[in-house]
Amino acid sequence: MIASTTYRPALLAAMTLALAGLAGFGAQAASPRTDDQTQLPQAPAKAASSPWFQPPAESSLPNNAFGALVRQGQAIFLNTKALAPQYVGNELACVNCHLDRGRKANSAPLWAAYTMYPAYRKKNDKVNSFAERMQGCFQFSMNGKAPAADSEVLNALTAYAYWLSTGAPVGQALPGRGFDEPMPPKGGYDIARGAKVYSAQCAICHGANGEGKKVGATQVFPPLWGKDSYNWGAGMHRINTAAGFIQHNMPLGKGETLSDQEAWDVAAFVNSHERPQDPRLVNHDIEATRKKFHEGDGVNLYGVMVDGVLLGQGVK
Amino acid sequence: MHQPTPRARAWPLAGLLLLTSLASHAAPDGDTLMQKGGANPAAMPCISCHAPDGKGMAPAGFPRLAGLPADYIRKQLHDFKAGRRQNGVMQPIATALTEEEIDALAGAYAARPRVNVAPQPVGTPPEGSGAWIALRGAWDRSIPECTLCHGPGGIGVDPSFPPLAGQGAVYIENQLKAWRGTPAVKAHGKTRAVAAVPPSRQNDPNGLMQHIAASLTPTEMKAVAEYFGSLGDSSEPFDDTQHRLR
Repeated sequence: MIASTTYRPALLAAMTLALAGLAGFGAQAASPRTDDQTQLPQAPAKAASSPWFQPPAESSLPNNAFGALVRQGQAIFLNTKALAPQYVGNELACVNCHLDRGRKANSAPLWAAYTMYPAYRKKNDKVNSFAERMQGCFQFSMNGKAPAADSEVLNALTAYAYWLSTGAPVGQALPGRGFDEPMPPKGGYDIARGAKVYSAQCAICHGANGEGKKVGATQVFPPLWGKDSYNWGAGMHRINTAAGFIQHNMPLGKGETLSDQEAWDVAAFVNSHERPQDPRLVNHDIEATRKKFHEGDGVNLYGVMVDGVLLGQGVK
Repeated sequence: MHQPTPRARAWPLAGLLLLTSLASHAAPDGDTLMQKGGANPAAMPCISCHAPDGKGMAPAGFPRLAGLPADYIRKQLHDFKAGRRQNGVMQPIATALTEEEIDALAGAYAARPRVNVAPQPVGTPPEGSGAWIALRGAWDRSIPECTLCHGPGGIGVDPSFPPLAGQGAVYIENQLKAWRGTPAVKAHGKTRAVAAVPPSRQNDPNGLMQHIAASLTPTEMKAVAEYFGSLGDSSEPFDDTQHRLR
């Protein structure tokens, strides 16, 4: 049972929104931000004239034990399934959500995340170390098993994140952290409209059925739903979070071209499909799981009927 | 419900068989088309530029077609026909090809050996090199690494992202220029103003390449083209089982 939490006004607004969006009511203009960073101070907007934080150049990595561990972390970050198969239960890699090897602003860059931990997370109702935060990625986004906090995989990934944060102020929220989610559109979102955006702009890479694309054994474009994608407990299953990622980063190389409305619509379309079950499933009961974990978690469709089908059943 | 007699059903089937046999007469097999050209003399033999083995002539900028996805080749020929891809040599040829000939050629080239790129150890490319653009991109200019869409090692992702590995450097560079067009030059001193030339290639899905080509410098275009031109080997069969690291 989650201990009682003091909800920020934004969270309450988002919870209302979740319902309003489903019913097709006009959404209130309020921040939908309720992701796992909620407990962190909100990332400030960047002044137009100032650059994003710049992580160090790859060429500056020393050729010593530290440099080797950082390089190993980067390799795992890019080839997660190939290099850490025992922890990955789908076909995703860290770099699928953290573009440019975890360097890109508004694509949850590691340099903005690393310096904010330890931090309290509502998701597990405790103060999490950075290693624990990454364990969550493996359990939910990678639909796998969390590596031990002192495992080689997490040590290497931590070293990589630490090195990317070289020169970043500790404990100070940096612009570009997370996905900088757009405001929910006034008229709510529309899954059918999102399907049109998807087939025009996304299907060429992610496939007509969200399956992504492989070349031989190598997954090139990530699956967005179905058994090989992130599970119902991953942050990306929230429409608000996916809308932020999509608007800033998709289509590849053409970020910032979709409107708030298009980003929300297509995010809702993607997240209205089945995916692996939330590993926190309560007593094999979707409704109980929805109430406990999804009701207050941004805008999402877990445990909701869409087109006569109950979502949240999970696929294997 | 009315049930047709067996006899009445047989006639349309016979007609279909007749049509099928006529169509197969009209379109010779792809290999013959490559060597002798299409029924219309303007559809010249492919091998004169793309070489008998279909691997192209890299120094002259004639691209490799062997092992490219059939859907990709079909689309390019249609795009030449429609003018979405402008090229003085290929547009008349594509226009002279029949649909059946296009299908036969696309299938025959796709059936030829695909470039194999052996999985290689992943190192750090020199910053600013062609390999850097290929493997790291230039995200500060919204340029993703080429391998993100064209597959690890540039092996291609069917059907929309063709292989870059094993493709001639001159050809790749020419395509980047074609997607870019040339920007206008202002009058300066004694030189006259030159109007912008729009991209001569506008057939990339979602305009994914135009934006990238417009953001690359000419030096980067050349370097990245040379990088991919140096990769690939078709003496070994394409290995589908290997996991290729990025």
